[in-house]
Order: sequence, then C-alpha cells, then structure tokens
Amino acid sequence: MSQPERSAEIAALYQEMILDHYRRPRNKGTLESPDAEAQMRNPLCGDEIDLQVNFAGDTVGDLRFSGRGCSISQASASMMTQIVKGKSTAEVDAIRNRFRDLMLGDQSAATDSVLGSLRALSGVSRFPARVKCALLAWNALESALQGRRG
Amino acid sequence: MNLRPDFPLLANNPELHYLDSAATSHKPSVVLDAIRDFYETSNANPHRGAYALSVRATECYHQARIDIARFLGAGDSDALIFTRGTTEGLNLVAGSWGRANVGRGDEIVVTALDHHANFVPWQQLALEKGATLRICELTADGELDLDCLRGLVTARTKIVAFNHVSNALGTINPVKDIVRMVREQSSAITVCDGAQSAPHLQVSYDDLGVDFYAFSGHKMLGPMGLGGLIGRRELLEGMPPYQSGGDMIEFVYDDRSTWNELPHKFEAGTPNAADAVGLAAAVKYLTGIGMDRVLTHERTLMAAAQSRLEAIDGLRIYGPPVGMRSGVVSFTLEDVHPHDLATILDGEGVCIRAGHHCAQPLMRRLNVVATARASFYVYNDESDVEALLLGIMKARDIFGYVTA
Repeated sequence: MSQPERSAEIAALYQEMILDHYRRPRNKGTLESPDAEAQMRNPLCGDEIDLQVNFAGDTVGDLRFSGRGCSISQASASMMTQIVKGKSTAEVDAIRNRFRDLMLGDQSAATDSVLGSLRALSGVSRFPARVKCALLAWNALESALQGRRG
Repeated sequence: MNLRPDFPLLANNPELHYLDSAATSHKPSVVLDAIRDFYETSNANPHRGAYALSVRATECYHQARIDIARFLGAGDSDALIFTRGTTEGLNLVAGSWGRANVGRGDEIVVTALDHHANFVPWQQLALEKGATLRICELTADGELDLDCLRGLVTARTKIVAFNHVSNALGTINPVKDIVRMVREQSSAITVCDGAQSAPHLQVSYDDLGVDFYAFSGHKMLGPMGLGGLIGRRELLEGMPPYQSGGDMIEFVYDDRSTWNELPHKFEAGTPNAADAVGLAAAVKYLTGIGMDRVLTHERTLMAAAQSRLEAIDGLRIYGPPVGMRSGVVSFTLEDVHPHDLATILDGEGVCIRAGHHCAQPLMRRLNVVATARASFYVYNDESDVEALLLGIMKARDIFGYVTA
C-alpha cells in the first residue's frame, strides 16, 4: 500500500466523532448499585474497561463505564453506552453481532442502519491491531449480560 | 555510516522508518546468504551421520559456537548453550538450577526494571518452591536503586536476576558492581538478561563475572529462533538436564540414562545449526563495524531525537540521561495514547513500539499504562529521526492539540 493510501486510512480512522467521544466520554462513571458488571483488559496494550449495568425488566436501563486506554477503546465504550441504553437484551445482542461484523471488515455492516453512529468506527477494520481495542467494551457488555442470565 | 543497502527489507522499502530494533532487528544479506548457503552446501543432521556431509554440518555448527562465544567474550565456548532465545535461556536456569537448588525459605531477588522473561520464571519458581521473591526498586529516573539491592541480598538469597540493559528504558546497569556486591553478601548465583546488551555493547562474559548470561540472536541481526545461554562450566556440569531426548544422552539403559558432556547435555534434539551459522555471520558483520561504533552511532541518533523530543510541549521522556542508555527513547505524549501515536506513525511509515514492553512491574512504578518507544540500530539515520518527529506533530494535529 502506498503512503498516501495509508495516510487516508489514518484520517478515516480518527474521525471527528471518535475524537469527540474520546475527549468527552458519555456515561463515564459508576452506578450506585449495579445489577451486573464486568471488567475487560487488553493485555497487549493495557486498555481497561470496567462496565456496570442496571436493567429495567428485559431492557438495559442504565449503564456506566470507567477505564483508561487509547482513543479507540474509550470512544467505542462511550458510543456503545449511548446506543444500547433502553434497548432489549435481544436488540443488544443483534447490535453487538453486527458491530463485530463491521470490525471484521464486513462491507454490508458499514451501511447497516442498526449500527447508527457506530459506523463511524468502520475505519478500525483496516487496522487489525486495533480491532481488539474497539471490541473491548462490547466484550465487557457481553460478559455483564451473561452474568445476569446466569 | 550508511548500512541500509546491506538490509534487503529496508533497501526494498525506502520509505520505511524502522525504529523498533529493541523488539527485533532486520537481517543483512550476509546473514540470509549464510543460512541459505548452509542448506545448499552443508545440510545434514549434526552429530549423527558417519558420512562427510554430516561431518560438515557438525563442523559448521561447532564453528558457529566458537565464533559467537568469542564475540561475547566467553573463553569456554562449550559453556555456550544454544537456545531459542533469551527467554528459553532464562527458563533453562530457573527450571534446572532453580528447581534443584531453591527451597522453602530461600529468597530470589529480581528487579522492577526487568522484562517479564526475567521476572515471571523466578516468580513462578518462588511460588513452586515456597521461596520468597524480592524486588529491587528503582530511582526516580529509572535506574536500579543499588542501595535497595544491597539491602535485599542476604545469606538466604539463592538467585539474583537482573538485566544488563533495560528493554523499556534503555538503562545500562552496572553489572560488574552488582556481581561484586552479590558475591560479598551471599553465595547466590547471578543471572543476567543480555537480550538488549549483546546487540549494542561490547560484551565480555568473562569480564562481567555473572554466572549466567542469556541473549537472543534475532535482536543482533541474526535469525529468529536462535539465542544462547552462557554459564559457568562447574555450574552447568552440576545441573540436571533441562529437556531430554536425542543428542543430550551419553548412554540410555532400560531404567536410567547418563548425560552427554557440555554443551550437548542441554541441547536435546536436532540442533538449529543453520540459524547458528546465520548468527555467526551476524556477529562477524557486527565485528566488522566495531561494537564501539555501533553504540556511538545509536547514541548520536538517540541524542538528536531526544533534544528535539524534549522541545515538544507535553512530551515526557522516561529513563536516565542519554549517556547512560543504549539506543532507546521511551516517552509519552500528553492527550495522545501511545497506541494511537503508533498507529498514526505507522501511517507515516514509522514503526515504533507502543505498550508495556513486557515490563508491567516497571510500568506500574512509572505510573503509566504504556509508553511509546523508539529504538535505534546500525541501519538507522537522521531521516528516521526526522520522520519520527514529523509523525508526532501529525498526531498532535489529529488529536487537536492547540498551542497556547
């Protein structure tokens, strides 16, 4: 790949929306009495996500994340909390699976409206070393939901 | 010094700025040719056949050992055991000498500056044997706190493990002083991780005085998958084998076996003769440059990089002053995570390492999750420093840094 092509991919990766979520993360913090929580670590680069979830019946009522790491891991967590809030666990599963498709380079996912603003992260799929960063929060969410299902 | 044409990968990618030689180095044509030549002219299983080709393979392997031992200043070349690399060499000492000699109540001293390869084997040995692991702390600028070390080494200490050069910060440790102090205060063995010193410094095993010294060929222009452990003969002869199988035995009875002499006792199975020949070609190449020139060249580039990095607002460099380091600069940039920085630099053709550098105990003490690390070697030049600086400025632009 030529240097200009690579530079264009970098520009596509660091979109303004991602940098905005990195600088001003949404739903960052902790809940008073969470129904479920999960911690995820990326041992390769040290990214950390701690996720707490409260449920309202079968839907995700509220959730908060804390942690530290690169812009991709933290922005992905912030964007995830926005999109799953108020969704049923079945809907969350569907979005999570589709987001994983997006990270693995599935072109059809990049235009799938179910992903909403998460599509801003589509550039990550061109950087295999960074896919884990983007999936970290989603893996934490999966773990938290599984913990609840027991 | 313009050696880039000697390295095919770099010669074929003129836009690439490789600043991750502390992870692995590139290989000059002479190394690649030597490996190919071995397979084309001398390939047979060493130590096995009665035929001339096997004898030739044995001679190549034997000569490689002599050449590499001489390069590292080890007078007794049969006390150089070939391993897959530094990690295996250190595990060999922990698994063989350690298992046989460490027991409940004993103590093992390691340092907070060490790579996981020279930390985890000792931690696990201590857990297995009910021994205590003691950790030497660091001074504020990332050097070993020798007063702390002096306080940790006692009559109970069985092993003192440390690196010659830190992979994460480039700190060069005063190995001879450490060995002298350990000898004065204990009967412990000293184990030195030489992965980052063998490629960059003039190393003399005999002069350093350590009991064991482990190194990796792939960081010193040699092929991946071959390194070595140099040990004191009387220690090696007293140690049980690390692995068993072909080549390492003297005689196998139905109910017991006896062991071959050094170095074969610790080299079970078919040896990696081709890569040993490759590493011998690498040390010949390094000798041709001169190890004093290698370090001078790296330091010149590192100093140039450092003075320009220091001028960047919000950029913090870790480790001791340039004159006390090998060619490594470890740093963080305010508001830009090292992982993001590495991705943006990659977009500019600049390869650096971002992460914990397999030194999590050190990262905890520096109170960072990760750093960015640029490391220099013989094939780097000023254009690599230039590209690094431009890439860092680009990262700041992307992350919206606004100068006050």
